[in-house]
Order: sequence, then C-alpha cells, then structure tokens
Amino acid sequence: MTEAQPRRDFLLEMEEIRKIFPGVVALDGARLCVDRGEVHAIVGQNGAGKSTLIKILNGAYRRDGGRVVFDGRPVDFHSPQQAQSAGVSTIYQEINLVPFRSVAENIFMGREPRRFGFIDWRRMNREATEILGRFGVHLDVRQPLMNLNVALQQMVAIARAVSFESRLVIMDEPTSSLDEREVATLFDVIRGLKASGVSVIYISHRLDELHQIGDRITIMRDGKTVDERALSEISKLEIVARMLGKELGEVRREGATGFTKRDVQTTSAPLLEASGLRRGRALQGASVAVRPGEIVGLAGLLGSGRTEVARVVFGADSVEDGTVRFEGQPAAFHSPAGAIRTGIGLCSEDRKAEGIIPYMSVRENLTLAALPTLARNGIVDRNRQREVVDRFIMRLDIKTSSPEQRIRELSGGNQQKVLLARWLCLNPKLLILDEPTRGIDVGAKAEIQGLIDELADQGLGVLMISSEIEEIVEGSDRVTVLRDGRTVAEFDRDQISQDAIITAMAHGEDAAVHPPVGT
Amino acid sequence: MANLGRAGTASASTSALRLALPSWLRDASQTQRALSALVVLSLYNAIFTNNFLTLATLRVNLTQVATIVIVGVGMTLVIATGGIDLSVGALMAIAGMVAPKIFMSERGPLDSPWVAVPLAIVVPILVAGAFGVFNGTLVTWFRIQPIIATLVLFLGGRGIAKALSDGKLVEFRNPNFDYIGTGRPLGIPVQVILMAIIVALAAWVMRGTTFGRYVLATGGNEPAARLAGVPVDRVKIAVYAISGLLAGLAGLIVISLNTSADPYRVGEGMELDAIAAAAVGGTVLTGGRATVVGTLIGASIIHQIRYTLISHGVADGTTRIVVAATIILAVLLQWRGD
Repeated sequence: MTEAQPRRDFLLEMEEIRKIFPGVVALDGARLCVDRGEVHAIVGQNGAGKSTLIKILNGAYRRDGGRVVFDGRPVDFHSPQQAQSAGVSTIYQEINLVPFRSVAENIFMGREPRRFGFIDWRRMNREATEILGRFGVHLDVRQPLMNLNVALQQMVAIARAVSFESRLVIMDEPTSSLDEREVATLFDVIRGLKASGVSVIYISHRLDELHQIGDRITIMRDGKTVDERALSEISKLEIVARMLGKELGEVRREGATGFTKRDVQTTSAPLLEASGLRRGRALQGASVAVRPGEIVGLAGLLGSGRTEVARVVFGADSVEDGTVRFEGQPAAFHSPAGAIRTGIGLCSEDRKAEGIIPYMSVRENLTLAALPTLARNGIVDRNRQREVVDRFIMRLDIKTSSPEQRIRELSGGNQQKVLLARWLCLNPKLLILDEPTRGIDVGAKAEIQGLIDELADQGLGVLMISSEIEEIVEGSDRVTVLRDGRTVAEFDRDQISQDAIITAMAHGEDAAVHPPVGT
Repeated sequence: MANLGRAGTASASTSALRLALPSWLRDASQTQRALSALVVLSLYNAIFTNNFLTLATLRVNLTQVATIVIVGVGMTLVIATGGIDLSVGALMAIAGMVAPKIFMSERGPLDSPWVAVPLAIVVPILVAGAFGVFNGTLVTWFRIQPIIATLVLFLGGRGIAKALSDGKLVEFRNPNFDYIGTGRPLGIPVQVILMAIIVALAAWVMRGTTFGRYVLATGGNEPAARLAGVPVDRVKIAVYAISGLLAGLAGLIVISLNTSADPYRVGEGMELDAIAAAAVGGTVLTGGRATVVGTLIGASIIHQIRYTLISHGVADGTTRIVVAATIILAVLLQWRGD
C-alpha cells in the first residue's frame, strides 16, 4: 500500500474518485482538496460530475473507487446523516426544510433538545435565536418558515448546517434564487464562517461571484478534475476555457464534427426575430434572429438562459416582456401547439424527460406532433401514417427492429432521430434544437450534424443550442451568445472563432468595464 | 443506456418473482395473463360449479359485471392520463337521484313518457358528465392532484345525492325507464349490449383516433406531450368528463334494476371496483399504458372469483380476502414491467 503523503494539511482530500451508474461512468479520476477555513469553488458544465462528487462526499451515493480523507482520517459515509454528525453539512439548491414548521424547529429538526422526554421548546427557541443572531439575523424563531423570504430561508438552512458544529459546509447554487442584496448578506455569512475556521464548498455557475468569495477553485469536466488552483491565479476566461476543455488560442481543428462549411446568403428577411425577452431572473433581455436556411448557434454557460429562450419562443413558457416576430408577423404563442401550427419545432435538451413517450412505439412517437395532419375528423389515417413513418425511418436511417418497437428500447442516437423526424414530417420552417447531440455516440452525432446541415441547405431555419463549442463554431452560420439571460454578443460567419465565443461567454459586454480579477 | 439501467434495476427487484413464473407467463402481457386466468376460472366453473354453463347464469353474471365495466372504461381512460377518479360512485348516485325527479314529476310536457323518459336518461348522464368536467378543471386549471380533486365529489357528491332525494329512498315503477335495467332485446340484457358497445367504441377510440393517442401520450410523458403540441389540459378534462358520463349511465342502470334509488347505496364502492378491474386487466396505474378490453377481462375475473366462491358456499369475508389477494397478485405481475 502506498499512502500518498498530503502536501499540506487539508481538511478534505478526495482522490481518484470513481462512480459508475448503470451504463454511464459519472466520475473517473475526480479530485477535490479543501483547505481549512477556505471557500472552495467547484465549477463545471452540466454533467461534469459536480453533484455526483458532492453526493459521494456527503454519503448520498457510495463511491466505486478512490479515497476520501476528512480531517486526517479516511472516511466512507453511508448517509448524509452520518456525514452531518462527522461535520459535513450540505445545503441544497432547493432548500430542503419544512415550510409549515417554525424556524426553530427547522434548525433543530431531528435533534430537538429534550427535557423529561418532551421537547424543551424554551431552550430550542433560545438557542435558535442565538445561532441566527451570529449571522446578524434577528427574527421571531417561532413563526413558520414559510413566512420568510427565500434569502432568510437560506440563512435558516445555513444556521441549521452550522449548528451541527460543521467543519465543512457544502453550498450547491446558493445564490440561484437570491437578489443582489441578499447575495451580499450571504457572502457576509460565508466570510463569518471562514473566520471561525469552517471550510465552505461553493458550487456556482455565476463566475463573477467566484472571484468575490472564493479562495481556490476546482474545475471539472466529463467526470474528471481538470484543474485546481488559487482563484487569484486564474481569470474568468481561463475558467470557461478549462470547463469547455479548450485551450485559448488553440488552432481550430477542422472536421471535428459532422458539419461542413456552407455558403449562405444572409440577406433574406428574418424568419424569427425575438428581442428583449424577459422572464424572471432567467431572461433579462435576450434577443435572437434566424433567417431561412441559416443555422444560428445559441451559446452561453449553464444558466445563461439558452433553454429559456427556446421555450419562450416555442410558447412553452410565457414571457413577461419582449417581442417575438415570425415571418414578420407578431407571434406570441401561448402553447407549443400554436407554435407548431405556425411551422416551428423544438427538440428539447432532455430527451428522456421532455422528448420520448417511452412506452409508445417508434411510429407513435414519430407522428405524435403530426397527428392532426394525419387524421380526418379525429380518426388517424393508418396508411398515411405508416407511409410517413417508413419514409423517415429510411431517410434518417433509424435503426429499429420495426416501427412498432417501443422507443425506449432504441439507442440515444436513434431516439434523437425519431424526435427530429417528429418535426421534419411536419415540414417546419424553423427548428429549435436544444443540445441536439448530447449523450449520443460519435457516429450518430456526425450523422445528425450532417442532417442539420442538409436541412438548412433546403431552406430550414435552425436555432441550435449547444454546450459543445466545436458544434457551435463549426455548425453555425451566425452565433448569438447569452450571459445571465441577456444577449451579449453576436458573431457573423467570418467572425466566429472559439476564442471570441469563449470570451463573450465569460465576460460578455462587461468585459471592458470589469477586467477579470486576478490577471 | 439509461433505459438499460432502469430495466436492470427493475428486473433485479423482482427477480424472485421472475423465477417463480413459467416462461410463457413471464413473456405474456398483463392482459394476456388476465385472459388466461379468466379462461382457467371459466373451465373450473364449467366442471365444478352447478348450472354454470346455462344461459341464465351467463346472463346474471354479465348483468352484474356490466356496470363495473361501463364505469371501468371511463376509469381506464382517466388512469391512462396518469390520473384517478374517486368520484364515480357518487356521480352514479347523483344521476340515480336526478332521473326519478324527471320521470316522476308529471308536470307540463314531462307528463308524456315520450318526453319524460328520454329526458330522464339524457339529463342525469349530462349532469354526471358536467361534474366530470368539474373534476377535470380542478386537475388542470387548479393543478390539484387527481386523488384529492376527485375526493371532493367522492365526499360531496353523495351529499348532493342525499339533498336531491331529501335523504330518502325513492321507489318507483316506470316500465319505460326500467327498460335500460331489465330490457332484453333478443334475450340479451340491455346493459350488456351497452357494455359491449362502450367497450368496443372505447377500444377503437384508444387505438384509432388522435384523441386516444393523446390520452396515452399525456399519461406516458406529460411534458413531452405538451411540447409535441398535445392539448394536455383539454385531454384531461375530456377523460374526466367521459368518466362522469359513463358513471351517470351506470347509475341509471343500477336504479332501474332496483326500481328504487337509494342515495346511500347507489354506486357504493364502485370507484374501487373500477380501479381494481383496470389494474387486473393490465392498465398501469402510473399512466401511459392502458387497455379497455383488459378492463373488461379484469372486471370479469374479479366478478367470477366472487361468484365461484359464493356459489361454493365460501363465507363473504373469505371471498373479500381472496379478491384482495387477486388484485395484489395482478399488481405484482405488473411490476415486472414488460
């Protein structure tokens, strides 16, 4: 046995962490080391493995390999409760407290102070008041939690975590529902924790916050830790590049995707014009335009509002402000059905949750959106249906034993082809593709990318959302970059480059105003 | 790949059950298994139960199972969307109380049976259908969970029925109206004919129409269906309305059979019989997979088990336990997934 000697006295060391879910390697070679009394940021794209790593740390998942050393001792927590009593507390994105119970009850839930076997209410309320007071929060702890605003509820969650005498507090996207003032309060609390020697793991996709509050950063990608550094040594731009797995200034490899360069005349009138879209915190003035025959890439980090733009345009979500025009006409769709009738299709990012109807056949899934056009007086014309299905199975080369096979039995790539066919058989004018090649094997990926090209050549307008920078760079005729729910940059064909897009994703239009901290 | 994973866990959790099943039974669909069970039961009765193979027995059995099947068809559609309808028994009672009010009123044009009887059939069914729309509205517009939304009328509906009859049993003699419970064109009881038509129609609607596919898509994956342009809310309101209409019809059959309308007893426990029939027949309670013919088979199995045990002198308590065990077995078999 070779015990690696720690370089320094870390509070937490996780090395070579491996986690396999049936059919998927979620983590392989993940590493996370947290100093005593530091705020340690973790960043990574969707699916990079951040949450899995945290769940292994706090005992929600069991690891399949690797070592975890906490406070000098190897540990293997079996449950979050066990981790908590050892000093590791987790505060989740969705605050998991009980809204109808009092603030004090929430802080002490599961370990209420007792007297003669009964809850000692007086002591519980007194101690709860005291703990909250440490964070500068003064309120009546007997009121139900649901009376408090989200920020205060977050404070209660933190108070609960700290009252366990935690040594390490994990915060998963703690600011996602807070406004600026509340964020400032939260940061004060985090600094207070740090001063008292507690370490904080801080997961966030808001890059601006990391430099404000963090000491060091761990960057994850594809289940691995790809970088680990002091935040003072790394710029926002570098963070984004590392998350995406790109070196800045790297020569673009041609042909990494199934896209080919196309000649597009971008002079025709726009098919879709959406401008100034606003919806809650997710969209704060997003704009995008697509012309017929054009592939427009919509880029941005996690949480930048890409999917939200797609849903609003498609009528799946309502919009608070902004205008959508389709073929020059005002078009505010109240439901997907309306958008579909006008000639828009949307392939959602989560194939399983929002795409396939698992127990229905390939035939049923493929023609679901087209049923109104394949039916007379509500009765489906079986012959026409079969004809359409056969044609698209051939055209897209969908590998299925028969049109009657259940779609859940198909591979991810073939499921995606069925979902593409669901729209193509309607002859749409605009297709919105949210992560069209996520979770698909390399071969099918190139095929789908080639198909998107071909469709655009035939005059289809495509709005393509992707986290893969190659896909955006090589596939798009124009690129729109979103950041914090706003359109911050647009690039035409000859301006599209990986560096330009990454820079816009990291800094947006604020680049000139706020130079990256620490460079 | 993720699908493979899920199938793997499911099979692991029920591997014990898998081993206990012969392969032909394992590979069959739930409906096929239910059908085999029905055949076995019928064979058993043909050999060991006196007078089973007579037209009279068949007629009695079919008559008794008809109302459960009629309500079960509506229930199957509701379950197919991922919902449940606990209000059907109470809606039967409401329809059963409204009908005598019409054909016994003899006021104005209602004096003529040619006006009163058709109205006494159509109006109560429409009233029950309207309550179904109410259920659907709670489920869609107000986003109340189906079990709670329909619990409102499960409790309140019987109250309405009692209020309609001042809490009293209403007895009547009306040969024209009684036809839907006691008529026998060509020797076949009217409600059996109604049952057959409804099952055939519903089975065809589920297979061959846009609406049927929308029902299954809604229950199979609601967010996906919505994004594919399925009018999910309208579909849901429609299935609760259909469930209400069919419950209304069943209520009329029950009162005409009894020639009396009892607000407390009409449709009592029907919601559970209908759910059990659907589950035994192969309709999956989480939605998205449903079979109307299966519900017919399921209702027949449950009824024939009861009939068999009672005709062999088994005590009522034991009969109930056996029926319960059948339902558990059916649900366990369903678990195996497919």
